[in-house]
Amino acid sequence: MLTKRIIACLDVNAGRVVKGVQFQQLRDAGDPAELAAAHSQAGADEVVLLDISATHEKRATLADTVCRTARQLFIPFTVGGGIGSLDDATAVFDAGADKISINSAALTDPSLVTRIAERYGSQAVIVAIDAKRMNGEARFEAYVRGGRTPTGRDVVAWAREAEERGAGEILLTSMDRDGTGAGFDCELTRACSEALRIPVIASGGGGDTQSFVEVFQRGKADAALAASIFHFGLHRLADLKQELQSAGIPVRWPC
Amino acid sequence: MIAVVDYRAGNLTSVKKALDHLHADAIVTNDPAEVARADKIILPGVGHFSATSILDETGLRTAILHRIQQGVPFLGICVGMQWMFESSTEAPGIRGLGLFSGACGRFAPSVKSPHVGWNSLTCQDGSRLLRGIPSDSFVYFTHSYSAPVVKATVARCEYGGEFSAAVEQNNLFGVQFHPEKSGAIGLKLLENFCGL
Repeated sequence: MLTKRIIACLDVNAGRVVKGVQFQQLRDAGDPAELAAAHSQAGADEVVLLDISATHEKRATLADTVCRTARQLFIPFTVGGGIGSLDDATAVFDAGADKISINSAALTDPSLVTRIAERYGSQAVIVAIDAKRMNGEARFEAYVRGGRTPTGRDVVAWAREAEERGAGEILLTSMDRDGTGAGFDCELTRACSEALRIPVIASGGGGDTQSFVEVFQRGKADAALAASIFHFGLHRLADLKQELQSAGIPVRWPC
Repeated sequence: MIAVVDYRAGNLTSVKKALDHLHADAIVTNDPAEVARADKIILPGVGHFSATSILDETGLRTAILHRIQQGVPFLGICVGMQWMFESSTEAPGIRGLGLFSGACGRFAPSVKSPHVGWNSLTCQDGSRLLRGIPSDSFVYFTHSYSAPVVKATVARCEYGGEFSAAVEQNNLFGVQFHPEKSGAIGLKLLENFCGL
């Protein structure tokens, strides 16, 4: 049976994994290569490395970081953050990424999705969407530039277009829930999942085991991303997968 | 020496990296002459079935077939495995190697496509490729087309119906999943292939 995936996300700044509270007060959490391998050992089904470096100079270390991380990782490995062109994507693939995640650049120029998919296959292209509720209703607007700029685009419509243009998966982040640990936005996740044939990865709001159970059952997510909750307690990841299994969610366990 | 065949459609970095991790003597090549010298051949692949047409155009098809006939172990991964069948509805004009009968086809409309993620195997006893890998082991898949269950099928997988997850017949081996991305189970499979 196809299992629900738990994807560990490492936020990387200037070549180091950082943990912050809503991007404030960044704390050093370790070496990306070591932490990615440790997450894989602990039961993560995939690893996403998200480069949150604010400046071009700091991003210069990305290829080296990706290369070192990929060398000891034998599960799917996605790299995202600041990929704005086919050349950017190529550099990351050459360094050893299996998939790339694009966000703002895809909305600015949707043909980029197609161009990367034609070169590397749809399975290698994840379109990330930052979604915010409109006036508290069950309608969602896509935001870009780290959630700073509204686009006026309806999230489900944009996700459908991304699928048509060649995206292999959608990484859907609820801006309303991100960093709160209050649970995923199941309404948002379900709306996208039911509208698409490609898998949807839920992100933003993951906290206790019940929040993951709900996003898989009620939200119909194919995978869930857990950003920073594992960094200082890898045992939490193994516990989560065991608890999900007990709750009847199909997961890869034992790994 | 293991030749990992480069036909511009593979996740070659990942496969080579896994082989390096296993300390296997492997090269990535698009040269038919190198393939003709190889002790083992791996044909990786992600992407479209039509990408395999480049194997015909570059003489790699002939080199691979010749080496297979000499008994050299061959492993097709993902589209590489699908190519071992006769054809695929993904690219009706392109012929596969026809080592196994049948055509690859799309998943049932009742399930999401592509099939992405970790799914479990139902393994048959006696496979050399799957030695030490028990049934219900999880491996990583990412594909929109799949190969039918045939006599050579040694592992099946269920997703909107059953399909071939692994095939094996004499020196011919194929896996639909990605051993290079399937953690310890995948590395074990590659180790088994390297040790043939």
